[in-house]
Amino acid sequence: MIEAEKLTKKFAGRAVVEDVSFRCEPGSVTGFLGPNGAGKTTTMRMICGFARPDSGTSSVLGGEYRRLPNPGRQVGVLLDASAQHGGRRGREALAISAQTMGVEEARVDDLLGRVGLEPSAARKRVRQYSLGMRQRLGIANALIGDPEVLILDEPANGLDPEGMRWMRGLLKDFAERGGTVLLSSHLLHEVDAIADRLVIIGSGKIVAQGSRDELLSTAGTLVRADDDAALARALAAAGLEAREAEGDGLLVDAEPRAVGAAARDAGIALVHLAPAGDAGLEQLFFDLTSGEEGR
Amino acid sequence: MTDRQSRPALARLTRVELRKMVDTRSGFWLQLSVLALTVLVVVINLIAGHEDDWTFRNLLGDALVPAGILLPVVGILLVSSEWSQRTALVSFALVPERSRLIAAKVLAGVVLGLVAFVVSAVVAALGTAIASPDIAHVWTFPVGLVGQDMLYAASAMAIGVGFGAALQASAPAIVLYFVLPTAIGALGAIRSISGTVEWFGSGSLEWLTQNLLSGHEWTQVLVTLALWMLLPLAIGTWRITTRDLD
Repeated sequence: MIEAEKLTKKFAGRAVVEDVSFRCEPGSVTGFLGPNGAGKTTTMRMICGFARPDSGTSSVLGGEYRRLPNPGRQVGVLLDASAQHGGRRGREALAISAQTMGVEEARVDDLLGRVGLEPSAARKRVRQYSLGMRQRLGIANALIGDPEVLILDEPANGLDPEGMRWMRGLLKDFAERGGTVLLSSHLLHEVDAIADRLVIIGSGKIVAQGSRDELLSTAGTLVRADDDAALARALAAAGLEAREAEGDGLLVDAEPRAVGAAARDAGIALVHLAPAGDAGLEQLFFDLTSGEEGR
Repeated sequence: MTDRQSRPALARLTRVELRKMVDTRSGFWLQLSVLALTVLVVVINLIAGHEDDWTFRNLLGDALVPAGILLPVVGILLVSSEWSQRTALVSFALVPERSRLIAAKVLAGVVLGLVAFVVSAVVAALGTAIASPDIAHVWTFPVGLVGQDMLYAASAMAIGVGFGAALQASAPAIVLYFVLPTAIGALGAIRSISGTVEWFGSGSLEWLTQNLLSGHEWTQVLVTLALWMLLPLAIGTWRITTRDLD
């Protein structure tokens, strides 16, 4: 269980995180989504006790992170995959964490196997690792204390498609066994397939949160006709708000039923009419967070 | 499984920090160089020095110099690399009570300093035994000097940890650690203020390995330790415990 309650952080008078509240329940994966610079990292660092909020509170497993006696055994944290000493061997980096939290060192080799780092790779110095290998090492480091909660900042960054699929399986499995997962990403497709809930942040504020279906239900309808321009005029005449979708067709802020009726009234033949689904979610994410670019 | 809810003991954290000193490429080579230099200093002494100087006491005094000068860099890196290599994001996630991690680093530094003292003593003893000069009291060594040597080695490491903690960046900490004493030494060359400047330099620490100190000398050594060891440690602890980490 992770709770953030009105977290606010200011740098030089400007709020980079403002009134951020959300909950991550046991047995679920929460995707923390937002463009780069939206405040994801700052929020996660406040939760883990690295940065002090200017106001608001956060808790992990019912208490402040900094009050956990042996946090590595309860919360697995990966705040930055690059945060490993380049001159240290991969296996050794894990061994140090294991020793710190009092886990027998034999577990290190289990974990290396589990994240797919071959013994030959584990013997290499971290400097020689690709970003994908560092992510695997970081995830192993987060899992080594057998925690109940995982907090991962951009863990999919640098992973290849096979690596993404592996991580998806790993996190789903972790949540199914009752664990709580919070993972951040700036790419919708990275978290879309894993997360049970999405928390979307833009310019330091939560702009939407809910289950995938809840968010999708607000995403509207995707519609296509042979003549999209005529369709757009018909929808406007019916008082429905529409704009061009990614690719082709129109994204309409209404139920498919209303869109179909408007097209029929204007005598336009449709070639596609359906809830917006993935395309809608993509558009929603873009709309919700595009305030960032406007600055 | 009992460990799950119990705080890692300071002894365990200290062992981890000792491990961190030797398991990186830089740490490993730095310490190997110190060992090689220690041996070299004794060997050169035996080749080029005078037979009258081949006592255990003299050889140990010289053998401690490489450790006293270079080993603190290991202490600096032990703290500053947490920032330059960004491992602070891992270390402080596991030990959120930041002052405990700093304490473990200081303790690990002191332990390494004492190990260096023992190694230097062994090298000096081997040198003495090999040379076995034909003079009386070759092995004579005042007990008080053992304590002073240990203080010298341990405080040198704590100074390194202090510089690393105060500056949190490897290059500036290492440069200042070497340049500051020289700069103060240069100021000391100005005759009118040399008496005052001497109190601010770190040179008095070298006395620890040479002779049993007088009361006045102890005062100066303690002032030096306060200025060069305690002050950086205090600044570093304050910076690390009160500010956001990134």
